[in-house]
Amino acid sequence: MNIWVYIDHFKGTPLPASWEALGLAKRLGNAAAVLLGHQLDEAVRAAFAFGADAVLLADDPALADYRAEAFASTLSAAASSQTPDLILFPTTSRGREIAAMAAVDLNAGVLVDVTALELADGRVVATRPVYGGKALVRETCAARPALVTLRGRAFPKPEPQTGRSGPVTRLQVRAEARTTVEGYTASEGVSLTDASVIVSGGRGLTAFPGLDEKSAAAKGFALLGELAAVLNGAVGASRAVVDAGFIPYAHQVGQTGKLVSPDLYIACGISGAIQHLAGMRTAKVIVAINTDPHAPIFQVARYGAVGDLYQIVPALTAALKKKLGK
Amino acid sequence: MKIVVCVKTTLPSEAQVRVEGGKLVLDNTPPVINPWDEYAVEAALQQKEAVGGTVTAISIGDESAAVALKHALAMGADDAIRISDASLAALDTLAAARLLAAAIQKIGGVDLVCFGRQAIDGDSGVTPAQTARLLGWPALTLASAVHVEGRRIRVERSIEEGRQIVAAELPAVLSVVKDFAEPRYPTFMGKRKADRAEIPVWSLADLGLPAPAPLVAWGDFAEPPARTAQCEMIAGNSPEEIAERLAEKILAEKIL
Ligand SMILES: Cc1cc2nc3c(=O)[nH]c(=O)nc-3n(C[C@H](O)[C@H](O)[C@H](O)COP(=O)(O)OP(=O)(O)OC[C@H]3O[C@@H](n4cnc5c(N)ncnc54)[C@H](O)[C@@H]3O)c2cc1C
Ligand SMILES: Nc1ncnc2c1ncn2[C@@H]1O[C@H](COP(=O)(O)O)[C@@H](O)[C@H]1O
Repeated sequence: MNIWVYIDHFKGTPLPASWEALGLAKRLGNAAAVLLGHQLDEAVRAAFAFGADAVLLADDPALADYRAEAFASTLSAAASSQTPDLILFPTTSRGREIAAMAAVDLNAGVLVDVTALELADGRVVATRPVYGGKALVRETCAARPALVTLRGRAFPKPEPQTGRSGPVTRLQVRAEARTTVEGYTASEGVSLTDASVIVSGGRGLTAFPGLDEKSAAAKGFALLGELAAVLNGAVGASRAVVDAGFIPYAHQVGQTGKLVSPDLYIACGISGAIQHLAGMRTAKVIVAINTDPHAPIFQVARYGAVGDLYQIVPALTAALKKKLGK
Repeated sequence: MKIVVCVKTTLPSEAQVRVEGGKLVLDNTPPVINPWDEYAVEAALQQKEAVGGTVTAISIGDESAAVALKHALAMGADDAIRISDASLAALDTLAAARLLAAAIQKIGGVDLVCFGRQAIDGDSGVTPAQTARLLGWPALTLASAVHVEGRRIRVERSIEEGRQIVAAELPAVLSVVKDFAEPRYPTFMGKRKADRAEIPVWSLADLGLPAPAPLVAWGDFAEPPARTAQCEMIAGNSPEEIAERLAEKILAEKIL
């Protein structure tokens, strides 16, 4: 089975979910890493280190900025002449979009946000969550190649081995695109979808005696930030506090926010509404801190503590700091 | 400016979904407009308010598709079209994109198409880019801010690393994310208008298309893996004691 893996990167720095896809490809067959962009030497080395058998490379100034049309055209042109059986992508904003467009060019099927994948008689059978994770569906694809995007952290990330290398084939660049990139504004903090630990806060952060909601939330999120820092994690939030303007939308976890699968998710002052659960129920270990013992979040949590987050969170930060020797 | 907004009817996000014998069992909560599509309608209406023009809502689906279309009308869309045909079975995203692209071409002279980010049933989020590709128009996906000046459109896209600012010439396709703006509520007058609206139905023959053959098919469903049977409640005489025990439990999981 001839498998391509689109290595998603931002300005030459690959996103970890790309290596998870590469790891899966290696288990299924022969894995070629596809790298499109500019100044990718470091990324090419990393692709070999993470297990690529070969690299298909389009390294060109015209691809320095991600533009969907150009990236999809370059990929589709290569795939229609070299006919891979399967193309894997990480489910990132770019992976999803390139897969979508390349599927049009190749008249191929696209299977999105897959959490398990097998081959049955050479046919791709994928499992993916639908209805906000309330059910899983088995999807099959009749056409070749099958284009599959993989949910981040659903597949193990391989251990890199330095010094590996292999053949690098240059792809023809198809840079024509009707969009121009005018710039970027960076968001601060760890990307939620890649984080292995997330400390999230909800409306429970808005009630601190003597403080208005806004100041209470600022105080609460500062406490969560300290806990997240000790765990090298990121800070998440429920929609309630995002809508109230206490933290930017980029932090929102849930059906209309980010879908995350960290190893550890600590929910503080979050009731556990179904739309919030849709975004985080696949976390490995969920810890809930809530004053209400009947909060639905406890139904999905492995560990729960009933109490005031303003007291428990700083104490937890201190305890973990000590135990982790920080 | 001639604007089209693509909307879908879905179950509300709080609906109960179960699996029985590999089949999906949906509860009977009334369907709603896909929540993401409300942002798309809002974006369409704001462009119309900024530069003038019309907003047409389109949806593929059986009679229930009228729910999403009527919501769009009640918010302020000028008209609506439903795409439906007896020979349409389950569609994959590419098949849906082919129908939407054909409808947009049939409407003619369209400058801007707004999509939601994804439909909360299939959770795919690929139809906007696929429709753009079929039309040969630029796809400006995940838009959180949109500025149109003459034929030039500038969009801020929400990506993992922050925002990417992208420009293109109209016609173009957008998908809209939540931080664009809160969608407006339907007005009383809007609801009355929507209730009375006769929504035309376009068939495959109207679109000049054969029945698209889906490449991706849904098979059996399964329940998501059950979460740990029971939550272990960590108690203690003080917050410090609770925290200490919780920290021990977390470390014992060997995930850090
Ligand atoms: C279409 C749609 C999409 C949605 N998408 C999302 C989404 O993506 N993400 C999302 O999160 N929500 C989403 N929601 C909203 C969701 O339904 C809930 O309203 C929201 O998640 C509630 O947020 P919360 O848990 O912070 O607030 P609440 O439900 O108000 O819960 C606050 C909790 O804090 C506890 N608490 C209070 N004080 C303290 C204290 N001092 N210490 C500890 N605990 C305390 C309370 O006991 C309570 O359980 C969506 C809703 C709809 C209709
Ligand atoms: N049946 C449909 N009718 C009209 N628009 C649709 C339909 N299905 C999807 N869309 C549009 O495409 C977006 C993304 O859907 P999806 O790719 O299915 O997640 C939705 O938010 C809608 O704007």
